[in-house]
This record gives sequence, C-alpha cells and structure tokens, in this order.
Amino acid sequence: MSISIQNVSRRFGNFQALSDVSLNVPSGSLTALLGPSGSGKTTLLRIIAGLETPDTGTVLFQEEDVTEKAARDREVGFVFQHYALFRHMTVFENVAFGLRVRKVAKDIANARVKELLSLVRLEGLGNRFPSELSGGQRQRVALARALAMRPQMLLLDEPFGALDAKVRQELRTWLRKLHEEMHVTTVFVTHDQEEAFEMADQVVVMNHGKIEQIGTPQDVFDHPATPFVMDFLGNVNVFHGRVKAGRVELGPFSLAYDAYTHEEPRNATAYVRPHELEIDRVATATSLAARVLQVNPAGAVVKVRVFAEEYGVELNIDLIRDRAAVLRLQSGDTVYVHPKTARVFMPEPEYAI
Amino acid sequence: MGSPKHRRRSSPLPGFASGLTVTVAYLGILLIIPLGACLIKTASLDWPQFVAAAWSARARSAYFLTFSTSAIAAVIDVILGTLLAWVLVRYEFPGRRLMDAVIDLPFALPTAVAGLVYSSLYVKNGWFGQFLIPLGIQGSYSRLAIVLVLVFLGLPFVVRTIQPLLGSLEGDIEEAAASLGANRWQTFWRVILPSLRPALATGFALAFARGLGEYGSVVFVSGNMPFKTEIAPVLIVQKLDEYSYPEATAIAVVLLAGSLLALGLISWLEARNRRYAS
Amino acid sequence: MHLSARQTRIAGRHVANEPLWLRILLIGISGIVVTVLIIVPLVYVFVQAFGNGPAAWWAQLVKDRDTQHSIFLTVVLAPVAVLLNTIFGLAAAWTLTKFRFRGRVLLLTLLDLPFAVSPVVAGLCILLVYGMQGFLGPTLREWGMPVVFSWPGLLMATTFVTMPFVARELIPLMESLGSDEELAAVSLGASRWQLFWRITLPNIKWGLLFGIIQCHARAIGEFGAVKVVSGGIGGQTDTMPLRVEKLFQEYNNPGSYAVASVLTLMALATLAARILLERWTEYQLAAMSEEKEG
Repeated sequence: MSISIQNVSRRFGNFQALSDVSLNVPSGSLTALLGPSGSGKTTLLRIIAGLETPDTGTVLFQEEDVTEKAARDREVGFVFQHYALFRHMTVFENVAFGLRVRKVAKDIANARVKELLSLVRLEGLGNRFPSELSGGQRQRVALARALAMRPQMLLLDEPFGALDAKVRQELRTWLRKLHEEMHVTTVFVTHDQEEAFEMADQVVVMNHGKIEQIGTPQDVFDHPATPFVMDFLGNVNVFHGRVKAGRVELGPFSLAYDAYTHEEPRNATAYVRPHELEIDRVATATSLAARVLQVNPAGAVVKVRVFAEEYGVELNIDLIRDRAAVLRLQSGDTVYVHPKTARVFMPEPEYAI
Repeated sequence: MGSPKHRRRSSPLPGFASGLTVTVAYLGILLIIPLGACLIKTASLDWPQFVAAAWSARARSAYFLTFSTSAIAAVIDVILGTLLAWVLVRYEFPGRRLMDAVIDLPFALPTAVAGLVYSSLYVKNGWFGQFLIPLGIQGSYSRLAIVLVLVFLGLPFVVRTIQPLLGSLEGDIEEAAASLGANRWQTFWRVILPSLRPALATGFALAFARGLGEYGSVVFVSGNMPFKTEIAPVLIVQKLDEYSYPEATAIAVVLLAGSLLALGLISWLEARNRRYAS
Repeated sequence: MHLSARQTRIAGRHVANEPLWLRILLIGISGIVVTVLIIVPLVYVFVQAFGNGPAAWWAQLVKDRDTQHSIFLTVVLAPVAVLLNTIFGLAAAWTLTKFRFRGRVLLLTLLDLPFAVSPVVAGLCILLVYGMQGFLGPTLREWGMPVVFSWPGLLMATTFVTMPFVARELIPLMESLGSDEELAAVSLGASRWQLFWRITLPNIKWGLLFGIIQCHARAIGEFGAVKVVSGGIGGQTDTMPLRVEKLFQEYNNPGSYAVASVLTLMALATLAARILLERWTEYQLAAMSEEKEG
C-alpha cells in the first residue's frame, strides 16, 4: 500500500516539529527517514501511524484519506523505539494481542502466532516474559507482534537504536531479507546514515521539520542536495572559496564547475569527502602543502589527519591501503593534498537594489 | 494553495473527555463547591464582623497553639524520624522488621483511638503518668499532650520520606568523604545530612500539615481549655455547636489560609532546595 | 511512600561502619521511641478492652444497640467511599498522566488540597453547602434527600477527606510506566475497555491495591469531618470513631475501648495487608531482576 503525505505540519507548543512536509512512499518499498534528533522524523512516522494528528495537511493510504482515521483502524504495524512490549504478558500473548482484541478464533490465532514466532526465530520462547529476553529478542517480538495482523504497512521507530553493534548488524540484514520476502511497505526512522543506506530503497533526509532530500541511497550519497545533507552524511572537509566562470577556486585548488558560468565571482562552500582527497609526496601547481598529524592504519582504509598551515585547516583523508603502502606516511611528514572532486554550494545571492 | 484546515489535536489514547469530565465533576462537587461556599459565607460578613469573629483573643490563641504545637511536633518528628530511618536502613538487629512494620501504625490507626489511649496513658494513675506527674510533667490535658499525640501521628511521614533516600545514598560518597579525611561526624554533618535535606523538608511539611488539621486525637488529650489548650479546629467545632456558623467559617478561612500559606512556603523552599541539591 | 520504602530494601543494606557502642545506642534509642510512642499505646488498647475477659468485651460490642449501629455504619460507609475514590482516582490518574492539556497543573494542585484542609474545615464546608442553613440544603431536604445529619453527609465527608489517596498512589506510578504500552495496544487495535482491562490495569494493580488499602484505613478512622456533619445522633449517624468519643464522654471506658479495639484490629489488618503486598511485589521485582541478570 502506498503512502502519500501532503503538506503536513505539526507544532508542539513553540516547537515546530514538522513544517509543510510532503512525501510519497511507493507500495512495497523500504523507506528510511533519516535525520538528527529533533528533525521531525519520529513525529512524521507517528502521524502515518495515527499516533499523532497533524495540525494541517493530509495523509493518504493508496487513494484513501486516513488523516482522521483512528490508529486502531489503520491496520498499521508499528514497532516502538523501546519496543513497548506488554510486560505482564508472555511473548506468545504479546504477539497474539492484536488477534485477541479483534476476536480472531483461538486456533487460528494460535497457529498464526506460532508461524510468526518461527518467522522471527523465537520458537520455543513463547512462554518467556519480555524481561527474560535479550534486547535483540525483544526487538523481534515487537516485530512479530506488529506483523500479526498482516498489516498493509510496517512502521519502525529507531528499530535498532538500543542494540549493540553486532546484533544491530545481524538484525539489519535479517530485516532487509524479511522485507524482500514479504514486500510490506515499510518505513523506518533512524539517525544512523549507514543503517539508512544499507537497508532502504528510498532515503528521506530530514532536518528542522523539513525534508532536505529524497532519493535512493546512491543518489543521496553522491549528489547531496544541500550542505546539511552533505554534512550529515558524515565526515567531510569543508573549503570556503569562490566560483567564477565555470571554475571553483578554493585557495590553491581550482576545479571545473559548470553550474556557474558568469564572470562575476560569488562566494561558495565546497565539501570534499575524505576519500576524495589525494595525497602526493611532490608539489603541483594546484596542491596544498600540509603536515601529517596522525596516521591510523587500523581499518579497511588508512585514515590520515593533516594540517595545512597556510590556511589553518585540518583535513581528514582516507587512503586505500595500497596507496598508503606506497606513500609510507609518518607523522610530521610534509605532503601535498589535492581534491579529486568537490561538491560546491552557493549561498542564495543577496540582492541589493 | 488553499488555506489548510486546522484540526483539533487528539491523542490516539481514548478516554480524555470522559476522564476529564469525571475528574472535574468530582473535584467540583466535593471540593470546589464546598470550599467556594466557605469563602462566599465569609464574604457575607463585613470587615469588622470578620475581624471580630476570626481575630478574637480566643481565636488568636487557638491559631497560635495550632501552628506552634504542629511546628514543634514536626521538628521532633524530623529528629526522631531521621534516627529511626537511619537505624532501619543501616543496621540489622532483632526486631528490625517489627519496628519497620509498626512505624506505619499511625497512618492506619483511627485518630480517635490514638487520642483515647494517649489521654489515659499520661494521667495521674496512667502507665506513664504515674512516673511523669510526680516529676511535674503533665502529659495529659496540656499543651505537651497535644505535641505528644501530634508527634505520634506525624512520625511515619518523616520516616517514610527519609528512608528511601537514605537507602539510595551511595556508600561511596561516605567512603569518598572518609578518604578525604573527614571523620564520621563530619561525614554525617557535611555529606549525608545535606543530601537528605529535601527529604527532611518534605517530611517536615507532611508532618506539619497533618498537625495543622488534626482534630480527632487532640480533642481527647488536650482538655480543650479556651486560651490554654484549645486548638483552632476544636474552636470551630465549638462555634458550630453554638450554631455560630459565620464565626466558625471565618475561623476556618483563617486556618485554611494559614495552612495553605505555610505549605506553599515550605514547598517553595523545598523546590529551591532541590535545585541546589541536584 | 511505601513504594519507595520497598525500593530501599531492594537496594540492599549498607555496611554499617559505626562503632558497636554507637550502633547499640542508636538502636536502643529507636527501640525506646517506638515502644513509648507506638507499641505501648497499641498494647494499652487491648489491655483495656480485654481487661474483664473476652466475654465482657463481646458483650460491650453486641449488647449496645448504638454501638452495633455504629459498626454497621462504618462497615458500609467506608467501602462506598473507597469505591467512589477508586473510580475517581483511576479517572484522574488516567487523565492527568496520559494527556497534556491546559489546566493539568491546576488539577494536580487541587488534588493535593484535601491534605491541606483540616477535616473539620472540610466538614464545615459540606455543612455550608448541604446543611439546613446551607445553599442547597433546604432544596435537597424538600426532595427527600437530606445530606447533613444523615448518611449522605457522612459519606461526603469521608470521601472528601480520603479523596487523594488512590489518585496520589496511581499518578506517579502511571507517570513512570509511560504510555508506550497503551499506544502499542491501540495500534494493534485494542478498544478502550480492552486497553484498560488488558494493559493498564495489570500494570497498575498492585499500586491500585495499595491506594485502596490506604484509603480504606483513613475512611474507617475519619473523625473530624464526620463529626461536624453527623449531628451526633446516637444509633443513626454515629460511626465507630464517633461512638468511641461518645462512650468516652459518658465515662463508659470498657465500651469505648471495646470499639477502639475493633478499630485497632482493623488498622492492624490494614498494616498486615500492606506488608504482605509489599513482600509480594518485592518478591516479584526481585524475581524479575534475577531473571534479567541470569
């Protein structure tokens, strides 16, 4: 079932949680709402579930306007951030709850619960209480409970937030697989870009109650629409310079920039990811002299921190291991850095009359 | 874009309207209307009448007695309550569980029973009176009697407020104080007691409030002598028995205002205190 | 209050590092305080009540028709007041913890008000509204519903004074439990009654029971408010505590202590119920935390 959010706003007291947000979630897709805390992503998710009412705007499921529809009638599976398992019920009864309150015949309900418990690989734990489970197990109970009514869509609020790194990784892969098998329209909230990119078909980056960018993970990563997205997706090096006549000048660097061909120069900010910076032992006309501060070779890439004294900036650079082996960097070495590519953002020009 | 319609925000949880209706109606019928009536009744008096009723020498001495005995009893409760909580939380000894259990008795025991017993224990041939009266200690039909019974009533409030806090104090703050060279007394005085301060204030407020309103037990033990051992609630009942409703109401309003003021002040101090504490 | 007392015990005891003599001194003083203030008075009630043997005690209770009626009145009134306050407590706690709305803080403050109002003042207020010279009294009397000097007034007075107990027990508890489970249940399709019976009630049942026990103890013992509205009509509007006073004033000490001893037994039953309940929840909590660790 597709979801369509149209011009939704929501305010809590003085805090504008969502302002005029519109979004389409295609049927059967796996969408991530990505953003820092306070960006409105959880509010948006709760509005889709009917746990929150928007001040203005509409929510459509397929063609149907469900904005006024109560949560209990939306047939949405919701997985809460801290799972919200019923602590006085066994795992079995937790999963069965939705079926019981809808008065599904007992034998059908029990069979369904057994099926779900095996789906989430918790067979044999039906008689346990939530307090007797590990975090990952609780998470899977919450998921099974949400799936019990065969919902048309599944909504997850920070599904892996409370788990440790290893369990988190396992569950991600597993959930992605589960989604491929079931094809339930799924939306999840996360503040972890890696999680969003790894799992989702569509990533929605949010900030301050607004959507910054919607796209596939690759789109968002390779073509960040705004400085915020660029910044939020992690570790970037920021350069300030100017654009002019199809070039961007950042101190000694000069790169082609087709988007601005006017002669009149304008201020611009360029973002360069650590793996997009190149290190050389010899200087070129467009490279920047820098001193190596630290080399951290423990990882898939070698992380190098350098300091460019001339501009007073510190840069983070990722080198593939082969290249690092050739360069054999030591702290204190002087090296020459240049960017392979850069993403340039111009602030809106200030028009003066 | 057309002007978007504004929706009433509703929680997904049911029962707001009915819950609020029950709550407000109940508070209205039982609390607001009666208390409002009290104020309206008072407003029917003009100022000199009000002063004559509520601020007579007899009434003033009753207020003074009510507030002073409550305050003294609450202070004693804070001291004894801290001791009891300390002993209950930190030491293991035979009879500890019994002691812990009976401390709640004043919560549960009807105040009339407390009054009845306290009035006979301290008379001339009572169990305690036979020893105390020769020493000149009048524990019955005196101001001391009022304080005694109020101490009894207020004690569990203080113990039960301090106990959990004392229990949750980390052992390491004491060890830290000791490692910094504090002796036991300094540790208690400078480290433990200050961290108990909010609880002490709360305990005091609860015991004090209990004392201000108390009637059932005091009426048995005090002798109810005007100007000497007559507390404000007893005076109100006295006036009611004489069918002087306006006078009774005026005194009630002063007592009520005094209680609210005192409690408001305490909770304000407490809130301030808590801010420093956290 | 007792909820937190429970936590203390779970938190475990500190290693006492005071010297032995100081410990013994402190324990000794505490023992004396508790004995003088609480235990001796408790014993005294029973010594006086049973001084002439159980038969005489029994005779005091059943031979006197006014006493009999007072027992009847208290045994009927207190549970009704508790029932009303339980319904109110649940409604108030639900409204005040699950929703945020304007006036919420005001309601919370009002809830605490009965603690600050002397029972005598409470009784007086009821008298002023529903009494013969009150605002509504004459009208109600015409309708054949006299409040003051009859049982509705007693019920009102008792309910007023014991009003906050259940709500005050539930509000912090429900606040700390949060609404997540209820929201989950709603999203799974639970109706309002299913929500209450299957999710909320199981989670708050022990706290609710605590509040009820507390409320009941106070309802039985209420004196000042009841005295003001009762008019003291023997055999009609005397509750047990009022009967204790009346017998005492009539210099009928055996009768007075007999009634007092029944009240004391009720108080002890309350304490016992509370301790059992504490043990039980403590045991459950301990079992739960053990499982968590295991």
